Amino acid sequence: MSYIIDRRLNDKRKSTVNRQRFLRRYRKHIREAVNDAVNRRSIQDMEQGERINIPRKDLSEPIFHHGPGGQRSIVHPGNKEFHPGDRIMRPEGGGGQGSGDGQASDQGEGDDAFAFEIDKQEFLNFLFEDLELPNLIKRHLEGAQTFQTKHGGIVSQGMPAKINIVRSMRQASMRRRALTAATRRRIRDFKAEREELLQKDQSPQRQARLQELDEQIAKLERRLDRIPFLDTVDLRFNHHVKVPVPVSRAVMFCIMDVSGSMNQDMKDLAKRFFLLLYLFLQRNYEKIEVVFIRHHTSAKEVDEEEFFYSRETGGTIVSSALKLTRDIINERYPVAEWNIYAAQASDGDNWNDDSPACAKLIEEELLPKLQYFSYVEVMPRAHQALWDHYQSIMEKHPTAFSMAQIDEPGEIYPVFRHLFKKRMEDA
Amino acid sequence: MSFLSQGSDWDFELLARYDEAIADIAHNKYGLDTYPNQIEVISSEQMMDAYSSVGMPVGYNHWSFGKQFVEVEGRYRRGQMGLAYEIVINSDPCIAYLMEENSIAMQALVIAHASYGHNSFFKNNYLFKTWTDASSIIDYLVFARNYIAECEMRHGVTAVEETLDSCHALMNYGVDRYKRPSPISAVEEKRRQREREESLQKQVSELWRTFPQLQPATQRREEDGTFPAEPQENLLYFIEKNAPLLKPWQREIIRIVRKMAQYFYPQRQTKVMNEGWACLWHYTLLNDLYDKGLVTDGFMLEFLQNHSQVIYQPPFTAPFYSGMNPYALGFNMFQDIRRICENPDDEDREWFPEIAGSNWVETVKFAMESFKDESFIQQFLSPKLIRYFKFFQIDDDDHNDYVEVAAIHNEQGYRKVRDALAEQYNLSIQEPNIQIVRANIHGDRALTLRHQRSSSRPLDDDSAREVLRHLHRLWQFDVHLESVENGSVVSHHSMPPEPAPTVSS
Repeated sequence: MSYIIDRRLNDKRKSTVNRQRFLRRYRKHIREAVNDAVNRRSIQDMEQGERINIPRKDLSEPIFHHGPGGQRSIVHPGNKEFHPGDRIMRPEGGGGQGSGDGQASDQGEGDDAFAFEIDKQEFLNFLFEDLELPNLIKRHLEGAQTFQTKHGGIVSQGMPAKINIVRSMRQASMRRRALTAATRRRIRDFKAEREELLQKDQSPQRQARLQELDEQIAKLERRLDRIPFLDTVDLRFNHHVKVPVPVSRAVMFCIMDVSGSMNQDMKDLAKRFFLLLYLFLQRNYEKIEVVFIRHHTSAKEVDEEEFFYSRETGGTIVSSALKLTRDIINERYPVAEWNIYAAQASDGDNWNDDSPACAKLIEEELLPKLQYFSYVEVMPRAHQALWDHYQSIMEKHPTAFSMAQIDEPGEIYPVFRHLFKKRMEDA
Repeated sequence: MSFLSQGSDWDFELLARYDEAIADIAHNKYGLDTYPNQIEVISSEQMMDAYSSVGMPVGYNHWSFGKQFVEVEGRYRRGQMGLAYEIVINSDPCIAYLMEENSIAMQALVIAHASYGHNSFFKNNYLFKTWTDASSIIDYLVFARNYIAECEMRHGVTAVEETLDSCHALMNYGVDRYKRPSPISAVEEKRRQREREESLQKQVSELWRTFPQLQPATQRREEDGTFPAEPQENLLYFIEKNAPLLKPWQREIIRIVRKMAQYFYPQRQTKVMNEGWACLWHYTLLNDLYDKGLVTDGFMLEFLQNHSQVIYQPPFTAPFYSGMNPYALGFNMFQDIRRICENPDDEDREWFPEIAGSNWVETVKFAMESFKDESFIQQFLSPKLIRYFKFFQIDDDDHNDYVEVAAIHNEQGYRKVRDALAEQYNLSIQEPNIQIVRANIHGDRALTLRHQRSSSRPLDDDSAREVLRHLHRLWQFDVHLESVENGSVVSHHSMPPEPAPTVSS
């Protein structure tokens, strides 16, 4: 006797836990691969999985087994030319031909790296490990002026134009059935009794009873007629709600100091910060453009590659970058059509006399146009003039301007969250 | 008779019809004795799950299964490998998995192969009868899974994982080779487990008592102070019972891994026979279906194409050669036994006088029931088959800078080749012979293992060191491993490594 069972609908992801255990165990390797990928990939290319290679020896599960050496006999199939007593020189390196891994690898070539893929979500998890990437759902952001009407279920109040006929009729039908059930049952009973009486021989009593029944039936049927076919309580209306939709376009200005004092570590820190901002915006807007502006004493718009990896030296004049930002906004990104974000990363160095100018520029010319301006200082040391001036802006414009200091990668996310906390909570 | 089906599509009703037709032939014509079948249709993803839990339908969680899953998934997605058509579990009822993507011809092949071939092997081979308990395995697996999950909750995932890692390293040395294990039962296990936790700890503490005058008279210590009295081959068992500092839950985990090892031990010893037997029956049963006019020519062509792929043996010169294909060897041997029974020639009468001309069904059943790979080859590999495979034997001695062809498929070579091939399937020769010889209970509590070298074959040093590290984690005192050849120690490993005076954990 056999039982045939369809298990296809059972849980497919039985191995999920084991897979996670595996990823957890080799997190060091995976993190390295992810870090490499971050440096290799473009910011806009972050959201995909990654192929991870782990050296096979790091993964081995050891058991006792024989090493090369000693005497052994091996039987192989497919002899074509050998005779007993033939001697064959041992291949270079010794060890004989059956050194024990014959059955271990069933592939032709010995592959010494263990390769597998992690998906996009896992990639981001490893990227912001210990950071817990927030669930950045679509929120109402400032500047989102358009609304979309969405179906919002069925309600009992509404205007005639929105009557949902099917639902209303169904409601009416239910009401009629509910209200008439008892009456109809009684009519049925009376009619049955009447039929029964008609079958039997007539007698005065029965005649009287028949009369009575007819009256009752007539009365009940009149009652039935009084139940309205459609009542106002039956009416159902389609409901529509207005959902604010963010303006679907956003532009993000990445501003970075590339003067000699910024080393590659600082740039990597900055890159991750920009990356977070990018991911955050991406979840809120359909289309994002990124403008990279780098500056030392003068500012320049560059592509991503140049932004993160080319070397520059020289002094620092922050206002040059802010001016360029302003000019680009005026030229290409009308405020009415674009949500504009700016993020600036710097080691805090600035030519002293320039800092007041920066503050003025941000306050008067940039902030009115921007959704948000965030500033991170990627340098663990005492703040300089720029920080003080920015601080005064933050006090005056707490919702549109924020700043923080980052010393190491682990701090990026908390800082990011701190910077964007108001935004997320306001929604 | 009309065809059971045309075309390659299948549905559940059709599967049942095929199963019925196959069962009819298997039971009534050939008298195969099987457990009831439970045939489960699953998707390819579920097949990958089943794959990576080494065929256990319910497994405890461990990263190594995740590693296997990730590897199988990756290779499958990249198209480097197809999934196995079937996985079958030695349980009662016998569970076999069919993949939904397969055509009806393949499903029928798998039903015949797994649900009647493997199934009857599980039920009747002496090793399986002696060492495994098909009716209780699923319950036991559930028990093990729950117990380990509970341990993870109580003691942390990392602690449990470390213990499991160490147990897995020694898994091959966690089987009793000569005495029958007591049957496993989940209910019984659960009932006894608490009891065991308490008494085991007591017993261990007793063994490690430092005040001799307090010891009860019935002590397991030998007079001359050697313990254990005889070398122990079941390393995990010895550790479970005697490691001084293990927590009760750790002993329980060792026990679980031991039980798993014991359950799989017969499968490791009967690869050739088990697969050969299953191939013999899918081949025989489906051909019978065809002879009865139940299946179409197209069905047979598809089946035969798959069949010949499965039993193909590449020669040693092929780039993808990786040793003997157990399906090829097993199938051909069983077919050959049938041939010897039905059409013996003079050579067969000389080599196999007792089976030549006998009833072939009875003979293959006898062979299936009473042997394991090593003895099966020793007993039944015929000269004809040695010629068919063109077997040759290579002797490899590290004193020479050449290897020598010791025997080929000729009159002088048959027996040598057969002996050598049989040895190749002898687990106790293929696996290093390692036993526990001494636990220094009076002194530093050091544990000494002895590796008895055979044919001067050394251990692989790197892996031996790693395994000792695991053993040390369980034993928690010094562990020594000495390789012995002709009565003298030829190499020596210690954990922690000898020259280093500091104790590392």
